[in-house]
Amino acid sequence: MAASQPVIRVEGLHKSYETPAGPFPVLKDVNLSIAPGEFVAVMGPSGSGKSTFMNILGCLDRPSAGHYVLDGRSVDELSKDELALLRNRTIGFVFQGFNLLPRMNLEDNVALPLVYYGVDREERRARAREMLQRVGLGNYAKSLPNRISGGQQQRVAIARALVNQPRLILADEPTGNLDSHTGEEVMTLFDEFNREGITIVLVTHEADIARHAKRQVRFLDGCIVHDGPTEHPDDNPSHPPLVRGGADLGRVETPSPDKGRDGEGLACLE
Amino acid sequence: MLAAMLGEAWHAMGANRLRTFLTMLGMVIGVGAVVLMMAVGQGAQYAVSQSISSMGSNLFILISGSTTSGGVRSGSGGAPSLTVVDAEAIAELPGVQAVAPVHTGRTQMVYGPNNWSASTYGTTPSYLDVRSWTMASGYPFTESDLRSSTRVALIGKTVADNLFGDEDPVGKTIRVGQSPFMILGVLAAKGQSLDGRDQDDTMLIPLTTAQRKVYGTPFQGAVRMIMVQAETASGMPAVEKSMVSLLRQRHRLREGVDNDFYLRNLAEVADSAAETARIMSMLLGAIASVSLLVGGIGIMNIMLVSVTERTREIGIRLAIGSRERDILLQFLLEAIIISVVGCFIGLVLGVGGALLANALTDAMVVISGSSVLVAFGVAASVGVFFGFYPARKAARLDPIEALRYQ
Ligand SMILES: Nc1ncnc2c1ncn2[C@@H]1O[C@H](COP(=O)(O)OP(=O)(O)OP(=O)(O)O)[C@@H](O)[C@H]1O
Ligand SMILES: [Mg+2]
Repeated sequence: MAASQPVIRVEGLHKSYETPAGPFPVLKDVNLSIAPGEFVAVMGPSGSGKSTFMNILGCLDRPSAGHYVLDGRSVDELSKDELALLRNRTIGFVFQGFNLLPRMNLEDNVALPLVYYGVDREERRARAREMLQRVGLGNYAKSLPNRISGGQQQRVAIARALVNQPRLILADEPTGNLDSHTGEEVMTLFDEFNREGITIVLVTHEADIARHAKRQVRFLDGCIVHDGPTEHPDDNPSHPPLVRGGADLGRVETPSPDKGRDGEGLACLE
Repeated sequence: MLAAMLGEAWHAMGANRLRTFLTMLGMVIGVGAVVLMMAVGQGAQYAVSQSISSMGSNLFILISGSTTSGGVRSGSGGAPSLTVVDAEAIAELPGVQAVAPVHTGRTQMVYGPNNWSASTYGTTPSYLDVRSWTMASGYPFTESDLRSSTRVALIGKTVADNLFGDEDPVGKTIRVGQSPFMILGVLAAKGQSLDGRDQDDTMLIPLTTAQRKVYGTPFQGAVRMIMVQAETASGMPAVEKSMVSLLRQRHRLREGVDNDFYLRNLAEVADSAAETARIMSMLLGAIASVSLLVGGIGIMNIMLVSVTERTREIGIRLAIGSRERDILLQFLLEAIIISVVGCFIGLVLGVGGALLANALTDAMVVISGSSVLVAFGVAASVGVFFGFYPARKAARLDPIEALRYQ
């Protein structure tokens, strides 16, 4: 029962930005449910509200209306400190611009979430090293971020996002600043962590990147216009073969609300 | 967590050394100035309290006016109104500890090739008690010296140094005017008086010797001055009252006639001198505090700049789970470190400056542990006070806005 409870459940989500010209609606009635262990790609044209949506999922921003239940907790009711706690323990962020702290070496960067978790120094160090090892940068622990390539920086950012063993990774265009080859390297890491059961929601513009996900959600003008499993062309050998089969697909499909998926899209297009 | 934050604060400050240094300099100068000024002020207070205690405690000085006979003032050439018998009568009053009539003057003294001029007081043996004056060597003169007006003298340290140098003056004979005087003893050093005179530049001789053989006054038994010591400080008002009425009675002054003597309560003089010194030292401290304030504003200014510069960093920290209070603490720590380190350096420089001033000048400079502690506490509070606003500004940033900041 607990296992099937969605990690993310969003109902009737609205978000408007206050502008001098009045409120500017960006998200209009977004409904989405994501089960534990899912790998979801969020796609859609520029300005369709993907980042806005991700920020709300990440508890960095609050919705104007609607409900958001993260890991069984209703986020709307939480205090600032409780939100910080969620960001620290439940969610790992990966940004397009890496967002490492430039003055700190990689080890300290990776260990930073543990500081706010109250982990002692020795353990912080050990866990940061272990994570760096996992993303293939074990030898760079003492380097500064500006001494390594963009792909490497993004791997460090992933290590940082995962060091506190969150259930959920939110990544807004993590490969946006990378060439396709390094982008693939980074995606392999996401695949790996997803296989270990971590839920991943990832925004991307690139179909090649989105193909790593098992489910794709398409935004248009602040609405979800498509939500379904990723279709894999059988003749594409460059991707790691995903486990396909009734059970897997079923698991992906089950939590997604069946009703009105296309209808929503239509409502938005009107 | 605190250790990690201290490390980070250190890092952040190290990243911009020149700026950190300049900010600190404001505190260094502020604290240095406060410490130095407080040392100077306390030095002045100390000097005053030294003079006060060297003066003797619970003292009155009675100074002769001129006698009036039949309503006619005899003017400055007349006989002093106070007499040795007055002094003896005052000594009998309740609450009076000791009384010493004094005949003041200045004499030229010669020993071998050296000569020196010093205040020479003709007085009684009780003078030493009244002034709480002890002997460095030798013995004081006695009542019998007084009775027979012997030519004996006690000299102060300055006189001894100037006439005798390294020689031991006790038992030696000096010449005062035409007469030989034997040195019975040397008085313990007392230093400066409240009005800045050297109290050790003094010679004491028996009162009768002074009157008959040195100054040759025509008014035997009359004295310029009587020093009176009360038993207790609280008893001074009562003693003052009874002395005045006793003297008025003895001098047969009728109701409505002015006193023919002046009375000064030295305890009051001492109090007002101490008060003056205290106010001066407070004033110095206040002026120096202004520079501390300026230093604090410098910290606030730099912390505000730093918060703006590091907006994005704050956004990242918020995104990975720091709470508002973590950010607040981080920036507050930086401000406190700057002010406390600055304070420490300022302390070292201030104390160093004070010691240097002590070594190079004879102005007394006193550093007390409490002033050092106060300076430290103030510096830490300055850090908290001026660091709080920028730190709170940092902590209140909206995570999204901060992350978007370029
Ligand atoms: N702080 C803001 N104030 C006002 N409008 C905003 C703000 N942030 C975003 N918007 C607007 O909201 C809309 C959606 O922005 P959002 O960043 O969510 O789009 P996106 O789907 O992530 O686009 P992209 O693919 O280019 O990253 C845009 O039209 C944008 O101009
Ligand atoms: Mg975006």
